[in-house]
Amino acid sequence: MTKTVKDEILHDHNHDGIDRRGFLKCMAWAGTGALCVMQGGVLKSYSLSRLSDLGPSAVSAGELSFVQVSDSHMGFNKPANPDVAGTLKAAVDKINALQKAPEFLLHTGDISHLSKPEEFDTVDQILKGTGKEVFFVPGEHDVLNDDGAQFRERYGKAAKGSGWYSFDKKGVHFIGLVNVMNLKAGGLGTLGHEQLEWMEDDVKHLKSSTPIVVFAHIPLWSVYPEWGWGTDDSAQALAYLKKFGSVTVLNGHIHQIMQKVEGNVTFHTAASTAFPQPQPGKADSPGPMKVPAEQLRSILGITDVNYVKGQHALAVVDSSLA
Amino acid sequence: MSSRGVWILIWATLMIGAAVVLVSGPKAVAANAGQAQTSSAEVKIDNFSFGPAAITVAAGTTVTWTNRDDIPHTVVSDDKAFKSKAMDTDEKFSFTFTKPGTYGYFCSIHPKMTGKVVVQ
Repeated sequence: MTKTVKDEILHDHNHDGIDRRGFLKCMAWAGTGALCVMQGGVLKSYSLSRLSDLGPSAVSAGELSFVQVSDSHMGFNKPANPDVAGTLKAAVDKINALQKAPEFLLHTGDISHLSKPEEFDTVDQILKGTGKEVFFVPGEHDVLNDDGAQFRERYGKAAKGSGWYSFDKKGVHFIGLVNVMNLKAGGLGTLGHEQLEWMEDDVKHLKSSTPIVVFAHIPLWSVYPEWGWGTDDSAQALAYLKKFGSVTVLNGHIHQIMQKVEGNVTFHTAASTAFPQPQPGKADSPGPMKVPAEQLRSILGITDVNYVKGQHALAVVDSSLA
Repeated sequence: MSSRGVWILIWATLMIGAAVVLVSGPKAVAANAGQAQTSSAEVKIDNFSFGPAAITVAAGTTVTWTNRDDIPHTVVSDDKAFKSKAMDTDEKFSFTFTKPGTYGYFCSIHPKMTGKVVVQ
Protein backbone atom coordinates (compact mmCIF):
# COMPACT_ATOMS: atom_id res chain seq x y z
CA MET A 1 0.00 0.00 0.00
CA THR A 2 2.95 2.36 0.42
CA LYS A 3 3.07 3.15 -3.25
CA THR A 4 -0.60 3.86 -3.56
CA VAL A 5 -0.95 5.99 -0.49
CA LYS A 6 0.70 9.03 -1.94
CA ASP A 7 -1.87 9.39 -4.68
CA GLU A 8 -4.87 8.46 -2.71
CA ILE A 9 -7.38 11.07 -1.65
CA LEU A 10 -8.48 9.95 1.76
CA HIS A 11 -10.14 11.56 4.68
CA ASP A 12 -8.16 12.58 7.65
CA HIS A 13 -9.83 12.25 10.96
CA ASN A 14 -6.63 13.10 12.79
CA HIS A 15 -7.36 16.78 13.27
CA ASP A 16 -3.72 17.50 12.81
CA GLY A 17 -4.06 21.22 12.94
CA ILE A 18 -3.35 22.21 9.37
CA ASP A 19 -3.82 25.96 9.17
CA ARG A 20 -5.70 27.82 6.47
CA ARG A 21 -2.63 28.14 4.29
CA GLY A 22 -2.00 24.45 4.60
CA PHE A 23 -5.59 23.76 3.70
CA LEU A 24 -5.43 25.88 0.58
CA LYS A 25 -2.20 24.23 -0.46
CA CYS A 26 -3.92 20.90 -0.28
CA MET A 27 -6.44 21.82 -2.94
CA ALA A 28 -5.72 20.62 -6.40
CA TRP A 29 -6.63 20.91 -10.05
CA ALA A 30 -7.50 17.60 -11.58
CA GLY A 31 -9.60 18.49 -14.57
CA THR A 32 -10.55 14.98 -15.43
CA GLY A 33 -12.89 13.57 -12.85
CA ALA A 34 -12.69 11.42 -9.79
CA LEU A 35 -13.00 7.68 -9.35
CA CYS A 36 -15.01 6.87 -6.26
CA VAL A 37 -14.70 3.49 -4.60
CA MET A 38 -17.04 2.36 -1.87
CA GLN A 39 -15.20 -0.03 0.40
CA GLY A 40 -16.61 -1.29 3.66
CA GLY A 41 -19.25 1.42 3.47
CA VAL A 42 -16.66 4.19 3.26
CA LEU A 43 -16.14 6.11 0.08
CA LYS A 44 -12.65 6.90 -1.18
CA SER A 45 -12.01 9.16 -4.10
CA TYR A 46 -9.07 9.13 -6.49
CA SER A 47 -8.16 11.72 -9.09
CA LEU A 48 -8.32 10.17 -12.55
CA SER A 49 -5.24 12.06 -13.68
CA ARG A 50 -3.04 10.16 -11.26
CA LEU A 51 -4.56 6.71 -11.54
CA SER A 52 -1.71 5.45 -13.67
CA ASP A 53 0.52 5.84 -10.63
CA LEU A 54 -1.79 3.76 -8.47
CA GLY A 55 -1.40 0.07 -7.92
CA PRO A 56 -4.27 -2.04 -9.25
CA SER A 57 -5.25 -3.20 -5.77
CA ALA A 58 -6.13 0.32 -4.70
CA VAL A 59 -9.00 0.68 -7.08
CA SER A 60 -10.08 -2.89 -7.73
CA ALA A 61 -10.94 -3.65 -4.13
CA GLY A 62 -14.22 -1.93 -3.19
CA GLU A 63 -17.77 -3.13 -3.54
CA LEU A 64 -18.74 -0.35 -5.89
CA SER A 65 -16.85 2.12 -7.99
CA PHE A 66 -18.16 5.03 -10.01
CA VAL A 67 -16.76 8.17 -11.60
CA GLN A 68 -17.72 11.78 -10.89
CA VAL A 69 -17.25 14.31 -13.66
CA SER A 70 -18.25 17.93 -13.29
CA ASP A 71 -18.46 21.36 -14.88
CA SER A 72 -17.82 20.40 -18.49
CA HIS A 73 -19.18 23.86 -19.56
CA MET A 74 -19.64 22.75 -23.17
CA GLY A 75 -19.79 25.89 -25.31
CA PHE A 76 -17.19 27.82 -23.32
CA ASN A 77 -14.52 28.88 -25.81
CA LYS A 78 -12.42 31.54 -24.15
CA PRO A 79 -9.05 31.58 -22.47
CA ALA A 80 -7.81 29.46 -20.80
CA ASN A 81 -9.57 26.63 -22.63
CA PRO A 82 -10.91 27.08 -26.16
CA ASP A 83 -11.38 23.29 -26.48
CA VAL A 84 -13.60 22.06 -23.65
CA ALA A 85 -14.77 19.17 -25.84
CA GLY A 86 -11.17 18.03 -26.10
CA THR A 87 -10.59 18.06 -22.36
CA LEU A 88 -13.87 16.19 -21.74
CA LYS A 89 -12.78 13.58 -24.29
CA ALA A 90 -9.49 13.28 -22.41
CA ALA A 91 -11.49 12.53 -19.26
CA VAL A 92 -13.45 9.84 -21.12
CA ASP A 93 -10.20 8.27 -22.31
CA LYS A 94 -9.03 8.08 -18.70
CA ILE A 95 -12.30 6.52 -17.60
CA ASN A 96 -12.06 3.91 -20.36
CA ALA A 97 -8.49 3.10 -19.34
CA LEU A 98 -9.53 2.12 -15.81
CA GLN A 99 -8.56 -1.42 -14.92
CA LYS A 100 -11.90 -2.01 -13.31
CA ALA A 101 -14.71 -0.32 -15.19
CA PRO A 102 -16.89 1.95 -13.04
CA GLU A 103 -20.52 0.98 -12.56
CA PHE A 104 -21.78 4.37 -13.74
CA LEU A 105 -20.97 8.08 -13.93
CA LEU A 106 -22.26 11.04 -11.94
CA HIS A 107 -22.19 14.47 -13.57
CA THR A 108 -22.51 17.18 -10.93
CA GLY A 109 -23.72 19.94 -13.21
CA ASP A 110 -22.76 22.78 -15.52
CA ILE A 111 -22.92 20.26 -18.33
CA SER A 112 -23.38 23.17 -20.73
CA HIS A 113 -22.17 26.76 -20.62
CA LEU A 114 -25.28 28.48 -21.99
CA SER A 115 -28.02 25.80 -21.85
CA LYS A 116 -27.96 25.43 -25.64
CA PRO A 117 -29.32 22.15 -27.07
CA GLU A 118 -26.18 21.56 -29.12
CA GLU A 119 -24.03 21.92 -25.99
CA PHE A 120 -25.99 19.18 -24.19
CA ASP A 121 -25.88 17.07 -27.37
CA THR A 122 -22.08 17.30 -27.53
CA VAL A 123 -21.63 16.25 -23.90
CA ASP A 124 -24.06 13.36 -24.31
CA GLN A 125 -22.18 12.22 -27.39
CA ILE A 126 -18.77 12.38 -25.69
CA LEU A 127 -19.94 10.65 -22.50
CA LYS A 128 -21.53 7.90 -24.59
CA GLY A 129 -17.94 6.93 -25.29
CA THR A 130 -17.80 5.41 -21.80
CA GLY A 131 -20.73 3.09 -22.49
CA LYS A 132 -21.93 3.78 -18.96
CA GLU A 133 -25.12 5.15 -17.51
CA VAL A 134 -24.76 8.79 -16.44
CA PHE A 135 -26.73 10.40 -13.61
CA PHE A 136 -27.01 14.19 -13.81
CA VAL A 137 -27.92 17.07 -11.56
CA PRO A 138 -28.13 20.58 -13.04
CA GLY A 139 -25.74 23.46 -12.53
CA GLU A 140 -26.89 27.05 -12.87
CA HIS A 141 -25.57 27.10 -16.44
CA ASP A 142 -27.94 24.25 -17.37
CA VAL A 143 -31.17 25.99 -16.40
CA LEU A 144 -30.73 29.40 -18.08
CA ASN A 145 -33.77 31.13 -19.60
CA ASP A 146 -36.24 28.24 -19.17
CA ASP A 147 -36.19 27.42 -15.44
CA GLY A 148 -34.65 24.06 -16.24
CA ALA A 149 -37.39 22.73 -18.55
CA GLN A 150 -34.89 21.48 -21.12
CA PHE A 151 -32.70 19.88 -18.46
CA ARG A 152 -35.64 17.95 -17.01
CA GLU A 153 -36.79 16.90 -20.47
CA ARG A 154 -33.34 15.47 -21.20
CA TYR A 155 -32.16 14.10 -17.88
CA GLY A 156 -34.92 14.30 -15.31
CA LYS A 157 -38.03 12.65 -16.71
CA ALA A 158 -38.28 10.32 -13.75
CA ALA A 159 -37.19 12.98 -11.27
CA LYS A 160 -39.31 14.95 -8.83
CA GLY A 161 -39.81 18.71 -8.67
CA SER A 162 -37.05 20.64 -10.41
CA GLY A 163 -35.04 17.44 -10.98
CA TRP A 164 -34.22 15.71 -7.69
CA TYR A 165 -34.25 11.92 -7.31
CA SER A 166 -32.67 8.98 -5.53
CA PHE A 167 -31.56 5.48 -6.49
CA ASP A 168 -29.80 2.49 -4.98
CA LYS A 169 -26.71 0.69 -6.24
CA LYS A 170 -25.23 -2.30 -4.44
CA GLY A 171 -26.65 -1.26 -1.09
CA VAL A 172 -25.58 2.37 -1.40
CA HIS A 173 -28.33 5.02 -1.47
CA PHE A 174 -27.65 7.90 -3.88
CA ILE A 175 -29.54 11.21 -3.64
CA GLY A 176 -29.30 13.77 -6.46
CA LEU A 177 -30.32 17.26 -5.33
CA VAL A 178 -30.99 20.52 -7.19
CA ASN A 179 -29.73 23.71 -5.55
CA VAL A 180 -29.47 26.07 -8.53
CA MET A 181 -33.14 27.06 -8.96
CA ASN A 182 -35.06 30.07 -7.61
CA LEU A 183 -31.95 31.75 -6.24
CA LYS A 184 -32.69 34.84 -4.17
CA ALA A 185 -30.93 38.22 -4.36
CA GLY A 186 -27.89 38.24 -2.11
CA GLY A 187 -28.26 34.54 -1.31
CA LEU A 188 -26.48 31.25 -1.95
CA GLY A 189 -27.62 27.97 -3.47
CA THR A 190 -31.10 26.90 -2.40
CA LEU A 191 -32.78 23.50 -1.99
CA GLY A 192 -36.20 24.79 -0.98
CA HIS A 193 -38.94 23.50 1.26
CA GLU A 194 -40.48 21.02 -1.18
CA GLN A 195 -37.19 19.29 -1.93
CA LEU A 196 -36.21 19.14 1.75
CA GLU A 197 -39.54 17.53 2.62
CA TRP A 198 -39.05 14.98 -0.13
CA MET A 199 -35.56 14.21 1.11
CA GLU A 200 -36.68 13.74 4.69
CA ASP A 201 -39.25 11.24 3.50
CA ASP A 202 -36.79 9.57 1.11
CA VAL A 203 -34.32 8.59 3.85
CA LYS A 204 -36.79 8.00 6.68
CA HIS A 205 -37.13 4.26 6.17
CA LEU A 206 -33.48 3.48 5.41
CA LYS A 207 -31.36 1.60 7.93
CA SER A 208 -28.74 3.75 9.62
CA SER A 209 -26.06 1.39 8.30
CA THR A 210 -26.91 2.29 4.70
CA PRO A 211 -24.07 4.26 3.08
CA ILE A 212 -25.43 7.53 1.66
CA VAL A 213 -24.02 9.51 -1.24
CA VAL A 214 -25.55 12.95 -1.86
CA PHE A 215 -24.62 14.79 -5.03
CA ALA A 216 -25.54 18.34 -6.07
CA HIS A 217 -23.91 21.13 -8.05
CA ILE A 218 -23.23 23.95 -5.57
CA PRO A 219 -21.34 22.83 -2.46
CA LEU A 220 -23.60 21.79 0.42
CA TRP A 221 -21.07 23.21 2.86
CA SER A 222 -19.91 26.76 3.27
CA VAL A 223 -16.78 26.90 1.12
CA TYR A 224 -16.73 30.66 0.52
CA PRO A 225 -20.09 32.44 0.86
CA GLU A 226 -18.58 35.73 -0.37
CA TRP A 227 -18.46 34.13 -3.82
CA GLY A 228 -21.74 32.29 -3.40
CA TRP A 229 -19.96 28.99 -2.76
CA GLY A 230 -22.43 27.44 -0.37
CA THR A 231 -26.11 26.51 0.02
CA ASP A 232 -28.43 28.49 2.29
CA ASP A 233 -30.52 25.57 3.56
CA SER A 234 -27.99 22.72 3.38
CA ALA A 235 -27.90 22.36 7.16
CA GLN A 236 -31.50 21.16 7.10
CA ALA A 237 -30.67 18.54 4.46
CA LEU A 238 -27.68 17.31 6.45
CA ALA A 239 -29.79 17.13 9.61
CA TYR A 240 -31.91 14.43 7.95
CA LEU A 241 -28.74 12.36 7.48
CA LYS A 242 -27.51 12.46 11.08
CA LYS A 243 -28.51 8.89 11.88
CA PHE A 244 -26.39 7.42 9.09
CA GLY A 245 -22.89 6.17 9.78
CA SER A 246 -21.44 6.98 6.36
CA VAL A 247 -22.49 10.05 4.39
CA THR A 248 -20.56 11.37 1.41
CA VAL A 249 -21.43 14.65 -0.31
CA LEU A 250 -20.15 15.23 -3.86
CA ASN A 251 -20.32 18.69 -5.41
CA GLY A 252 -18.91 20.69 -8.33
CA HIS A 253 -19.30 24.40 -9.11
CA ILE A 254 -16.01 25.71 -7.71
CA HIS A 255 -13.73 24.03 -10.28
CA GLN A 256 -11.21 22.78 -7.78
CA ILE A 257 -10.82 19.87 -5.42
CA MET A 258 -11.58 20.44 -1.78
CA GLN A 259 -12.43 18.01 0.95
CA LYS A 260 -13.65 18.25 4.47
CA VAL A 261 -14.93 15.97 7.21
CA GLU A 262 -17.62 17.02 9.63
CA GLY A 263 -18.81 14.30 11.97
CA ASN A 264 -20.26 11.46 9.91
CA VAL A 265 -20.15 13.47 6.68
CA THR A 266 -17.30 13.79 4.20
CA PHE A 267 -17.55 16.53 1.59
CA HIS A 268 -15.78 16.51 -1.76
CA THR A 269 -15.79 19.03 -4.56
CA ALA A 270 -14.61 17.96 -8.00
CA ALA A 271 -12.42 19.76 -10.50
CA SER A 272 -13.88 21.00 -13.76
CA THR A 273 -13.13 19.29 -17.03
CA ALA A 274 -13.18 22.74 -18.67
CA PHE A 275 -11.33 25.49 -16.82
CA PRO A 276 -9.92 26.22 -13.37
CA GLN A 277 -11.28 28.84 -10.98
CA PRO A 278 -9.23 30.70 -8.39
CA GLN A 279 -8.85 29.65 -4.80
CA PRO A 280 -11.36 31.34 -2.50
CA GLY A 281 -10.59 35.03 -2.15
CA LYS A 282 -7.40 34.77 -4.20
CA ALA A 283 -8.77 36.86 -7.07
CA ASP A 284 -11.18 39.75 -7.64
CA SER A 285 -13.91 37.34 -8.68
CA PRO A 286 -14.51 33.63 -9.21
CA GLY A 287 -14.19 34.02 -13.01
CA PRO A 288 -12.15 31.58 -15.10
CA MET A 289 -8.42 31.54 -14.44
CA LYS A 290 -6.46 32.35 -17.55
CA VAL A 291 -3.21 30.50 -18.05
CA PRO A 292 -0.81 30.38 -21.02
CA ALA A 293 -1.91 27.84 -23.64
CA GLU A 294 1.13 25.66 -23.12
CA GLN A 295 0.26 25.32 -19.44
CA LEU A 296 -3.43 24.52 -19.83
CA ARG A 297 -3.17 20.78 -20.16
CA SER A 298 -0.81 20.60 -17.24
CA ILE A 299 -3.21 22.56 -15.07
CA LEU A 300 -6.28 20.65 -16.15
CA GLY A 301 -4.60 17.33 -16.47
CA ILE A 302 -2.38 16.95 -13.44
CA THR A 303 -3.35 16.68 -9.86
CA ASP A 304 -1.00 18.70 -7.75
CA VAL A 305 -1.80 17.58 -4.28
CA ASN A 306 0.32 18.19 -1.24
CA TYR A 307 0.11 15.29 1.12
CA VAL A 308 0.88 15.49 4.77
CA LYS A 309 4.00 13.41 5.03
CA GLY A 310 3.71 10.27 7.07
CA GLN A 311 -0.08 10.29 7.01
CA HIS A 312 -2.58 8.81 4.66
CA ALA A 313 -4.69 11.88 4.61
CA LEU A 314 -5.02 14.90 2.45
CA ALA A 315 -6.71 18.22 2.81
CA VAL A 316 -9.40 17.18 5.17
CA VAL A 317 -9.48 19.51 8.11
CA ASP A 318 -12.16 21.56 9.80
CA SER A 319 -10.76 24.88 8.66
CA SER A 320 -12.89 27.95 8.40
CA LEU A 321 -12.32 29.98 5.28
CA ALA A 322 -14.33 32.91 6.47
CA MET B 1 -2.26 89.93 -4.75
CA SER B 2 -4.40 91.68 -2.15
CA SER B 3 -6.54 89.60 0.20
CA ARG B 4 -9.65 90.95 -1.60
CA GLY B 5 -8.13 89.73 -4.89
CA VAL B 6 -7.62 86.26 -3.43
CA TRP B 7 -11.29 86.08 -2.37
CA ILE B 8 -12.45 87.13 -5.83
CA LEU B 9 -10.26 84.42 -7.35
CA ILE B 10 -11.66 81.78 -4.99
CA TRP B 11 -15.23 82.93 -5.71
CA ALA B 12 -14.62 82.84 -9.45
CA THR B 13 -13.12 79.35 -9.23
CA LEU B 14 -16.11 78.08 -7.29
CA MET B 15 -18.56 79.55 -9.80
CA ILE B 16 -16.74 78.03 -12.71
CA GLY B 17 -16.75 74.71 -10.89
CA ALA B 18 -20.48 75.00 -10.28
CA ALA B 19 -21.08 75.84 -13.91
CA VAL B 20 -19.10 72.80 -15.01
CA VAL B 21 -21.18 70.58 -12.72
CA LEU B 22 -24.39 72.01 -14.16
CA VAL B 23 -23.29 71.49 -17.74
CA SER B 24 -21.93 67.98 -17.23
CA GLY B 25 -24.65 66.86 -14.81
CA PRO B 26 -26.41 63.51 -15.25
CA LYS B 27 -27.38 63.02 -18.86
CA ALA B 28 -30.83 61.92 -17.92
CA VAL B 29 -31.62 65.11 -16.01
CA ALA B 30 -30.16 67.35 -18.70
CA ALA B 31 -32.13 65.54 -21.38
CA ASN B 32 -35.40 66.05 -19.52
CA ALA B 33 -35.44 69.69 -20.53
CA GLY B 34 -35.59 68.72 -24.19
CA GLN B 35 -36.39 65.20 -25.29
CA ALA B 36 -37.06 63.12 -22.19
CA GLN B 37 -37.47 59.82 -24.02
CA THR B 38 -33.92 59.65 -25.35
CA SER B 39 -32.09 59.71 -22.02
CA SER B 40 -29.95 56.72 -21.23
CA ALA B 41 -27.60 55.30 -18.64
CA GLU B 42 -25.04 52.50 -18.67
CA VAL B 43 -24.16 49.77 -16.16
CA LYS B 44 -21.16 47.55 -16.83
CA ILE B 45 -20.70 44.06 -15.43
CA ASP B 46 -17.09 43.34 -14.56
CA ASN B 47 -15.62 40.76 -12.19
CA PHE B 48 -19.00 39.54 -10.98
CA SER B 49 -20.22 43.00 -9.99
CA PHE B 50 -22.46 45.75 -11.34
CA GLY B 51 -20.77 49.09 -11.88
CA PRO B 52 -22.06 51.40 -10.67
CA ALA B 53 -23.97 49.21 -8.25
CA ALA B 54 -26.49 52.01 -7.63
CA ILE B 55 -27.59 54.65 -10.15
CA THR B 56 -30.19 57.41 -10.02
CA VAL B 57 -32.01 58.34 -13.23
CA ALA B 58 -35.03 60.36 -14.33
CA ALA B 59 -38.25 58.61 -15.28
CA GLY B 60 -38.13 57.68 -18.96
CA THR B 61 -34.46 56.72 -18.85
CA THR B 62 -33.31 53.58 -20.61
CA VAL B 63 -30.65 51.71 -18.66
CA THR B 64 -28.38 49.37 -20.59
CA TRP B 65 -26.33 46.64 -18.91
CA THR B 66 -23.28 45.18 -20.69
CA ASN B 67 -21.67 41.93 -19.57
CA ARG B 68 -17.89 42.24 -19.84
CA ASP B 69 -17.12 38.99 -17.97
CA ASP B 70 -16.17 35.64 -19.51
CA ILE B 71 -19.11 34.09 -17.68
CA PRO B 72 -22.81 34.68 -18.45
CA HIS B 73 -24.86 36.88 -16.14
CA THR B 74 -28.47 38.03 -15.91
CA VAL B 75 -30.23 41.15 -14.70
CA VAL B 76 -33.42 40.35 -12.79
CA SER B 77 -35.36 42.81 -10.66
CA ASP B 78 -36.31 41.71 -7.16
CA ASP B 79 -40.00 42.17 -7.94
CA LYS B 80 -39.66 40.63 -11.45
CA ALA B 81 -40.49 43.98 -13.13
CA PHE B 82 -37.72 43.21 -15.59
CA LYS B 83 -35.71 40.09 -16.38
CA SER B 84 -32.98 39.58 -18.96
CA LYS B 85 -32.02 36.38 -20.69
CA ALA B 86 -28.55 35.07 -19.86
CA MET B 87 -26.08 37.52 -21.38
CA ASP B 88 -22.87 36.06 -22.70
CA THR B 89 -19.69 38.13 -23.01
CA ASP B 90 -20.37 41.61 -24.47
CA GLU B 91 -24.11 41.03 -24.74
CA LYS B 92 -26.44 43.78 -23.55
CA PHE B 93 -29.83 44.17 -21.93
CA SER B 94 -31.87 47.38 -21.79
CA PHE B 95 -34.91 48.41 -19.81
CA THR B 96 -36.75 51.74 -19.83
CA PHE B 97 -37.86 52.94 -16.42
CA THR B 98 -41.11 54.87 -16.74
CA LYS B 99 -42.27 54.89 -13.12
CA PRO B 100 -40.40 56.53 -10.25
CA GLY B 101 -39.28 54.19 -7.51
CA THR B 102 -36.37 52.07 -6.29
CA TYR B 103 -35.67 48.93 -8.28
CA GLY B 104 -33.38 46.39 -6.62
CA TYR B 105 -32.00 43.79 -9.01
CA PHE B 106 -29.54 40.87 -9.03
CA CYS B 107 -27.94 38.23 -11.25
CA SER B 108 -30.13 35.14 -10.96
CA ILE B 109 -27.12 32.92 -11.79
CA HIS B 110 -24.81 34.55 -9.22
CA PRO B 111 -27.22 36.05 -6.66
CA LYS B 112 -24.40 37.60 -4.64
CA MET B 113 -24.32 40.18 -7.45
CA THR B 114 -26.84 42.89 -6.58
CA GLY B 115 -27.57 46.43 -7.79
CA LYS B 116 -30.14 49.21 -7.57
CA VAL B 117 -31.76 51.72 -9.93
CA VAL B 118 -33.45 54.73 -8.33
CA VAL B 119 -35.92 56.40 -10.70
CA GLN B 120 -36.91 59.98 -9.87
